Amino acid sequence: MKTTYREAVRSALHEALARDPRVFLMGEDVGRYGGTYAVSKGLLAEFGPERIRDTPLSESTFVGAGIGAALGGMRPIVEVMTVNFSLLALDQIVNNAATLRHMSGGQFSIPLVIRMATGAGRQLAAQHAHSLEGWYAHIPGLRIVTPATLEDARGMLWTALQDPDPVLIFEHQTLYNMEGTLENGGPVDLDRAAIRRPGKDVTLVTYGATLWKSLEASETLARDGIDVEVIDLRTLRPLDMKTIIGSVQKTRRVAIVDEGWKSGSLSAEIAARIVESAFYDLDAPIVRVCTAEVPIPYPKHLEDAALPQPHSIAAAVRQVLARE
Amino acid sequence: MTLPVATPQPPHARDEHDRTLLREMVRIRRFEEKCAELYSAGKIRGFLHLYIGEEAVAVGAMQALEPDDAVVATYREHGHALARGISADALMAEMYGKRQGCSRGRGGSMHVFDAATRFYGGNAIVGGGLPVAVGLALADKLQQRPRVTACFFGDGAVAEGEFHESLNLAALWKLPVLFVCENNLYAMGTRIERAQSETDLSAKARAYRMPAEPVDGMDVAAVEASVRHAAESIRRGEGPVFVECRTYRFRAHSMFDPELYRDKTEVESWKSRDPIATHVARLKAAGVTDETLAAIERDVADEIARCVAFAESADWEPVEDLLKDVYTPRP
Repeated sequence: MKTTYREAVRSALHEALARDPRVFLMGEDVGRYGGTYAVSKGLLAEFGPERIRDTPLSESTFVGAGIGAALGGMRPIVEVMTVNFSLLALDQIVNNAATLRHMSGGQFSIPLVIRMATGAGRQLAAQHAHSLEGWYAHIPGLRIVTPATLEDARGMLWTALQDPDPVLIFEHQTLYNMEGTLENGGPVDLDRAAIRRPGKDVTLVTYGATLWKSLEASETLARDGIDVEVIDLRTLRPLDMKTIIGSVQKTRRVAIVDEGWKSGSLSAEIAARIVESAFYDLDAPIVRVCTAEVPIPYPKHLEDAALPQPHSIAAAVRQVLARE
Repeated sequence: MTLPVATPQPPHARDEHDRTLLREMVRIRRFEEKCAELYSAGKIRGFLHLYIGEEAVAVGAMQALEPDDAVVATYREHGHALARGISADALMAEMYGKRQGCSRGRGGSMHVFDAATRFYGGNAIVGGGLPVAVGLALADKLQQRPRVTACFFGDGAVAEGEFHESLNLAALWKLPVLFVCENNLYAMGTRIERAQSETDLSAKARAYRMPAEPVDGMDVAAVEASVRHAAESIRRGEGPVFVECRTYRFRAHSMFDPELYRDKTEVESWKSRDPIATHVARLKAAGVTDETLAAIERDVADEIARCVAFAESADWEPVEDLLKDVYTPRP
């Protein structure tokens, strides 16, 4: 079936609302406006204002209300317009959603799904374009997922709704217009990373929109006889280290591509874990391709320069192969 | 909001109810006095915030709640927990950090949870409980359950953004939230005039178009009447109500507070309005004997002694369970 990432998310929302009366969607402009990224367009007309709830600009309270509604037996889906805005709700996400189960001695679970747009590439400058999902992956008690494909955009939501604990879904804003053929429209697992391109020379670990840049780089490299294996993490917490280590033991060389910054990052975490458990399998130092350590700039040429790109990813792979 | 009208009761029932109110306030007072002692003895650690002086608020307010209503409280919540029906045993074991505590010992004094009484914390982020209360009430509204979510917070929380966001959303969506503001005049050491441009906190709530009245938080009967009236209106589907209980904490903010910010004469003047003494005087005027009052103290003393023994003999969660319940076990 031909579709787009946006339509895949919308169809997942539609299915969830149709299947489970406990599910409702709330967030800024999800109803009458149809969603900032037009993801929820049409849902208000079909499901009504009780289940498609436009909220005031009160991130902390509507995310906290999602926590309370989950405690009260509902299955809320809260949409936060963009990851930068989620910082206004950090108290609720980190101090409540992530802690209540443990702190209550296991008495309460919070089956809450929070969706938000992340990432750069649309010239939105430094308050709408950061990649902070790696920050959230730091927090025990949360599950962090990053659908990069149409199948995952369609399938991760339902699986997330079945999860008894809070799940944060990060949708990269450059992916909404991505078109393609949806092979599997059903639920997907949230536990395993996926090998999107098998290869034998180098392992490229990535997630989200940089998956597609990594695949593009891999095709370029293939023309030079370099066979890259591309791993899509899919879930940033918990990390599927088994798949990563399995690949590293085969290729013995790793590059990590992450649209987050390098300092104190998810890419650093992955590199450290590879070193901890597979140091002697490595034939070369690990290389990372991350966003330059600047707030995302507005002009196109600077934004492009700040972000991982197919050419910088290809150069990193050549470096790890010592073929620069 | 019109003035609350007391529900007429036969005289015997009224007397018994008045004795219950006294017993509940005395339980909190004696429990916390014991906690202070145990803190000095090193049995209780972390931060310990005592409610002494404010007992009339929790005890009065809880009278209006039904078993399936919900409670969201603050880090100064021992009183709410006891008045809501969490046993002194489970609460004291929690203070010790023992496995038999109501939060399995994971939360301590500031994080009391209890599914059986729908007690959702124990929140140590000032203002952090309000959005959760709004959500619990939203779940009830969506599922058409005539329940009330009672949300307790202090005057300090009124300065937080979450207070304003939550009152706005609850009023906008007509959610069944009972906002109980415990105005004890101090956000830790900062007196209300130094933190609020408008010190009439009820006026702030009325700005969000919800009924809001101050009540004498040192008088348990006044609190009960006001909160009953509010809860009835909420249960009728008329939306949230704000009750501002004007009260005072007699003890320091926490066990580490040297109280440099307030005058001893101010504290003494509020102590002359001790909610327990006020209520005892009311009972005596109604003919309750000293013997009856002494019997209440004896019963409470026994309960406190038992809960300390329970906490002492309770055990520690094994270290092997450290990571348990970060996530819900999956089948």
